[in-house]
Amino acid sequence: MGTVEEQKVQQKKAFGWAARDTSGFLSPFNFSRRATGEKDVTFKVVYCGICHSDLHMIKNEWGVSTYPLVPGHEIVGVVTEIGSKVEKFKVGDRVGVGCMVGSCRSCDSCANNLENYCPKMILTYGGTYYDGTTTYGGYSDIVVADEHFIVRIPDNLPLDAAAPLLCAGITVYSPLRYYGLDKPGMHVGVVGLGGLGHVAVKFAKAMGVKVTVISTSPNKKKEAIEHLGADSFLVSRNQDEMQAAMSTMDGIIDTVSAQHPLMPLMGLLKSHGKIVLLGVSEKPLELPVFPLLVGRKIVGGSAIGGMKETQEMINFAAKHNITADIEVIPIDYVNTAIERLVKADVRYRFVIDIANTMKSSSSS
Amino acid sequence: MAKSPEEEHPHKALGWAARDSSGVLSPFPFSRRENGDDDVTIKILYCGVCHSDLHSCKNEWGVSRYPLVPGNFMESESLALNAPGCVATHEIVGVVTKVGKAVMKFKVDDKVGVGVMISSCKKCDCCKQDLENYCPQMMLTYNSINHDGTKNYGGYSDMIVVDQHYVLRFPDNMPLDAGAPLLCAGITVYSPMMYYGMTEAGKHLGVAGLGGLGHVAVKIGKAMGLKVTVISTSPKKESEAINSLGADSFLVSTDPAKLKAATGTMDFIIDTVSAVHPLLPLLSLLKLNGKLITVGLPEKPLELPIFPLVLGRRLVGGSDIGGIKETQEMLDFCAKHNITADIELIKMDQINTAMERLARSDVRYRFVIDVGNSKL
Repeated sequence: MGTVEEQKVQQKKAFGWAARDTSGFLSPFNFSRRATGEKDVTFKVVYCGICHSDLHMIKNEWGVSTYPLVPGHEIVGVVTEIGSKVEKFKVGDRVGVGCMVGSCRSCDSCANNLENYCPKMILTYGGTYYDGTTTYGGYSDIVVADEHFIVRIPDNLPLDAAAPLLCAGITVYSPLRYYGLDKPGMHVGVVGLGGLGHVAVKFAKAMGVKVTVISTSPNKKKEAIEHLGADSFLVSRNQDEMQAAMSTMDGIIDTVSAQHPLMPLMGLLKSHGKIVLLGVSEKPLELPVFPLLVGRKIVGGSAIGGMKETQEMINFAAKHNITADIEVIPIDYVNTAIERLVKADVRYRFVIDIANTMKSSSSS
Repeated sequence: MAKSPEEEHPHKALGWAARDSSGVLSPFPFSRRENGDDDVTIKILYCGVCHSDLHSCKNEWGVSRYPLVPGNFMESESLALNAPGCVATHEIVGVVTKVGKAVMKFKVDDKVGVGVMISSCKKCDCCKQDLENYCPQMMLTYNSINHDGTKNYGGYSDMIVVDQHYVLRFPDNMPLDAGAPLLCAGITVYSPMMYYGMTEAGKHLGVAGLGGLGHVAVKIGKAMGLKVTVISTSPKKESEAINSLGADSFLVSTDPAKLKAATGTMDFIIDTVSAVHPLLPLLSLLKLNGKLITVGLPEKPLELPIFPLVLGRRLVGGSDIGGIKETQEMLDFCAKHNITADIELIKMDQINTAMERLARSDVRYRFVIDVGNSKL
């Protein structure tokens, strides 16, 4: 629960739901947030998306979790207080916080707007802030964050459906740009149609790219084509379909986090094609070297994006009216939602209605 | 009734071939095609012994036909057992003895080279962009089958007939013997350096594996102004890497403390290791946005750890020789910077011993067969 020092430093009462152990079961949790520092912005949380990473973290599947853990890094709300040196935001602004709340601000990565790759990057939850305190995420009523790590949500984006963009959105937008899979007329495959995958389809289509969804579930086809706008759909276990699509794609965005074979995906790529891995599997994948060489192909990774690019992504989404497809839930449904998420039973992101269903901690 | 190798074509040729997957080579009489209008006939003077020759002669990639195999490594059809003999090598240097009517680029007595490929479709996007090496119809110098069903035999022989498009001009100041390995080893490391942007002076290149490919990568990397670190499992290669090849530093990849100290220091790594090996230690050496380019061909897939790729936006890419234009560019670059391979010259009848030593990596760093002075 924190040292005496921690308790002194935190000055705002906060309320959230936390996991207490590796069962991952979430329950009400009183804690506190720091006082609004001169560069800080405090905002009332309105919605928070449930990311697959939350699932991994609450159960300590990556071995880095400490308890109590308040998850949530797709956080949107309305500014209630700003520090004396805050320049970018004012009270009443619609804002969001994604996966990080701090970085060293002086290394090469930070200097190049790549705070996400800073070795001292501080995660929004489960991390340790500069003042030594544990960071708590967005399954809570208020958030205090440095203005540098806050993005503005344009007025035309509904807050609830915009929340997942703060992690899922930037996670797919950044590699589409970095790996050059954003040119009109290109053909990009999206593997996995979940939180990340469905947003990838929308972004890629808005960039003028032809999109093929690659999935193990044939029952997702109709929605992929008719609702999300994908140009085609491949069932990855169907050998004939996969064979027919060989050497047709410039790139593949692979959102699958479980271990899965890369060879069939590499076969889908044209020569000089690229696979970008976004899902993190603890076990290594098998990399067939021949196809990599004879087609001069690439397998690369990517992790979220820097703050500048995150704002750019949000602005792009606003311009093209892109939001996530969500199921809004009350906070007390969260444990059920997590169980359904394990079974991928959601189209395509749960978003917690914090403002209306989470009791606030204080009246001040 | 299939013709014997000697009868297939009009010009008698002598070579040494592997007859089966033992990989043991022995004298093999065969024949070469008539010199067509676009063809150049070359009297072979030297040929390099590439690690691929070892893999092919022993059928370690599972695609060798004895004699030889179709144009694409990915086709693993059943063994064609008509005529025995896998005549390897694709690092061929010699002198022109005949040119066809339509040949403008070469004349008799020109010093020329032939590398890994002898044909492609010439029509596809890859061919039009001077990337014949990625053409789906690209035909390998050896271990491939022509459209007429005849097999292609490589440079462990006295002469070869090749379409002029796939023949390289040997720079005047480049020694023929020490230049031969550049035709495969040289282009194999030069091409990814260009494609993946390893040409900015001051950037840090790691070269994994110090053999035929690796030692040439060090030389070319230094010529481009890169800082070069050799990454090797053999500590005894350090002195030579630094003093003779000019590498800036040397890292023993099985030493965890040394690996840790070098974490996140390299912009690129060219991985020349052709056996199965762990990628995690190499990936950890890369900076953010770092690139690991693999040019070796292990027989089995490698294990790819995901965290280092995702958390550092790193990539693993492949590269396979280079197009003809780029191969010529590489030869000219090497000539300008006086880069050749470090070789051990042998006669053809020493090839089996050389292959055994190559399997043990006991060569500094390429065997080259003095074909012109060998009894075939």
